[in-house]
Amino acid sequence: MQILQIKNLTKNFYLHNVEREIRSCKNVNFSLDKGQFIGIVGLSGAGKSTILKCINRTYLATCGEIIYDSEAFGRIDLTKASEREMLHLRKHEIGYVSQFLSVMPRTTAKEHVMNALLETGCDKAQAAARAEEMLDYFRLPKSLWDIYPNTFSGGERLRLNLAHIMVKNPRLMLLDEPTASLDNKTKILVKDILIRLKNEQTSMIGIFHDLEFMDGLCDKVYNISEGSFV
Amino acid sequence: MNTAEKPVLQVSNLTVRYGEGCPDCQSSLEKNRCTKCGTVWASNDVSIEVYPGEVLGIVGESGSGKSTLMQSLYFDLEPTSGRAVLSGYKNGQVNIWEASSAEKRGIKNKIMGMVYQNPVRGLRMDYSAASNIAEKIIAAGSRNAGEMTERAMELLEAVEILTSRMSEAPKNFSGGMQQRVQISKALANNPSILLLDEVTTGLDLSVQARVLDLIRKIKTKYGISILLVSHDLAVIRMLADRTVVMLDGKIIESGLTDQILEDPQHAYTQQLVHSLL
Repeated sequence: MQILQIKNLTKNFYLHNVEREIRSCKNVNFSLDKGQFIGIVGLSGAGKSTILKCINRTYLATCGEIIYDSEAFGRIDLTKASEREMLHLRKHEIGYVSQFLSVMPRTTAKEHVMNALLETGCDKAQAAARAEEMLDYFRLPKSLWDIYPNTFSGGERLRLNLAHIMVKNPRLMLLDEPTASLDNKTKILVKDILIRLKNEQTSMIGIFHDLEFMDGLCDKVYNISEGSFV
Repeated sequence: MNTAEKPVLQVSNLTVRYGEGCPDCQSSLEKNRCTKCGTVWASNDVSIEVYPGEVLGIVGESGSGKSTLMQSLYFDLEPTSGRAVLSGYKNGQVNIWEASSAEKRGIKNKIMGMVYQNPVRGLRMDYSAASNIAEKIIAAGSRNAGEMTERAMELLEAVEILTSRMSEAPKNFSGGMQQRVQISKALANNPSILLLDEVTTGLDLSVQARVLDLIRKIKTKYGISILLVSHDLAVIRMLADRTVVMLDGKIIESGLTDQILEDPQHAYTQQLVHSLL
């Protein structure tokens, strides 16, 4: 069953200060089935992240369609969904994970994960219990739960990011180079976690530089060069 | 998601004009001033919607019309034309700018809360912190002194001000504390919408972080809709679900906050985002 279908996705950026259009990706087509993991590889600047950011609507697609099979709205074109619909999908169905961590000031790791649930209307006790479960699942040491995460290592930040997104149990995960700054030991841990998520039928699209990392994880791998799949 | 959800606040075609205007105004504007008749269009056909439980950010340079919008909504100035409806006032059927003075007072005291950039505008500096809150509660019709004290304590605790200091006047407090008292006063009657006008401007970083954290907690705990005006894009990034960008009295761009910051479409928004340190 298809959960996502990308049709002729094109994204250009127009920079007013230099009056120039920059092409990022052109006529990208692919589909993702439920529980499938698709990997996208390519050189820096090839347009990999652009595809994920268009799906997440952080970028506005120039043309093309992104058809998502939503629990709340049925088949919906994410390039045309309203802002309110996108906010709902981000809260409940689509998770975006990058190597970067964005946390409110004075927020501990556990609170950061809890906030994801509190925003959906979950009560505090339940949010706390689920947050602890997630932090445990992603093997973040208990000693870090009540600490502000700006001192965390890359691996700890990534696991916190994953916990923050996964606590909402999204149906579609977008992984934007999450392993970019991790050592091999942490990469193995993250891979193990992603395989577990895949076995639980989470559909995922991931961007990685490390081909070895993708081995045994991805059902399909697309290579992107100069904005198009090759 | 309830796809038929109604906005808590809907503003349509707000115009605030200083001057008589002329037939050529809209085609003769230099920034927001008509070069033919000298009329200043502080707000020029502005429309926004704020939905339940969301934070709508408003960014723009000084003079872009951000505060004009806020002051119009809180009846601090009278719009030239436009319509604003609140779901909590006559079921969203009546333009609040056409309400009687008594009804406007009721809206200010029961449905909306306002926090100004300068606490002097929102607080009585010589009254105690508790009296400031009580004043708002009395304005909404309550006369029960015990309940008022209890509510003041509850709100001051929520904004992390020691209740042992509730009898002190805000003039003795730091800027950050004054801002937090102002927020607690704005929350006194459980408003459905909170108007925050540059509330972190001028505060040092640690105090700013505390106020931001407080606003986020208020949003989560009380489910209040918030209209947040700020020229600080970091504040907008942290708090706003959606953002509109204003320039010369007009809305030039709107979208999801991360989209506005990472893929701005308008030349001014690109310039603004690229100026971010």
